[in-house]
Amino acid sequence: MATAVDKPQLDLEFAELYRAHLRDVYSYSYYRIGNHHDAEDLTEQTFLQAYRHFARARAESNGRPLRPWLIRIAHNLAANYHRDRSRRPQTHLEDAAILTEPLGTEQIVEEREEVEAVLRGVAGLPDDRREALIMRFALGMDNREIARALGRSEGATKVLIHRAIRQLEERLKEEEEVTDE
Amino acid sequence: MSEVERLLQNAFVPVEPPGALTERLERRLTELTDAAMHELADFDPGALRDPRRWARLAAAGLVAGTAGGALILVRARQKHRRREAHGLRALQNGLREVSGDMRRRMTR
Repeated sequence: MATAVDKPQLDLEFAELYRAHLRDVYSYSYYRIGNHHDAEDLTEQTFLQAYRHFARARAESNGRPLRPWLIRIAHNLAANYHRDRSRRPQTHLEDAAILTEPLGTEQIVEEREEVEAVLRGVAGLPDDRREALIMRFALGMDNREIARALGRSEGATKVLIHRAIRQLEERLKEEEEVTDE
Repeated sequence: MSEVERLLQNAFVPVEPPGALTERLERRLTELTDAAMHELADFDPGALRDPRRWARLAAAGLVAGTAGGALILVRARQKHRRREAHGLRALQNGLREVSGDMRRRMTR
């Protein structure tokens, strides 16, 4: 438990954490939930909950980065959200896919189709595989961070991500074959 | 990086939080602070003699402790918006200033 003397320093650190990871928490929430409105609520709840438990989490982290802990809070809240509302996550491509480089019309259409196929494929994966892919590719987390966020070993996480990518690869191949027929 | 990994990289672009979210989050934290401050402002020392009110006072203190920090966070963000010309040092000074102010208010 933090003493009163530590409080200003704790608040300073929490403000830094908030600034550094607001986008991570929002991106994760958005890809888990699939709409901006509920992703905003989830992000808000994540930070309010994080604030309440920050002193303990900091003490228990032994100096390790706190991003996995934050994402774990969002992960648990998202699980509650889906359990309460019995919803499957949906990702609205038109909002999520931001093509940053100027492209020709044909190339944009092609890229959009690819992105749509990937997001459809990811949406059909088992929950743990989908979550690991979101953490890896939307947030750029490494195996160690993902392992901490999911409460698994690093080895198990590496296998999980490998299997998720293989499964997605197969799905995309199947989809391509159906389209070609 | 495999082709599928490249596709995943393209599909999962980070999503910027809307401005309305940060405004709402800051408002929530400020509300928490205000509620706790009102609770403590109404504090009557005589209430300590009534054990039935101890739980309520303890809860108010707990909320104030949390919310005090929340206010610091909120003010830090407000100062952060204004800090463009002053850099990180100004933000840190601002935080210390606000936290000092909070400590004075809490110990009054």
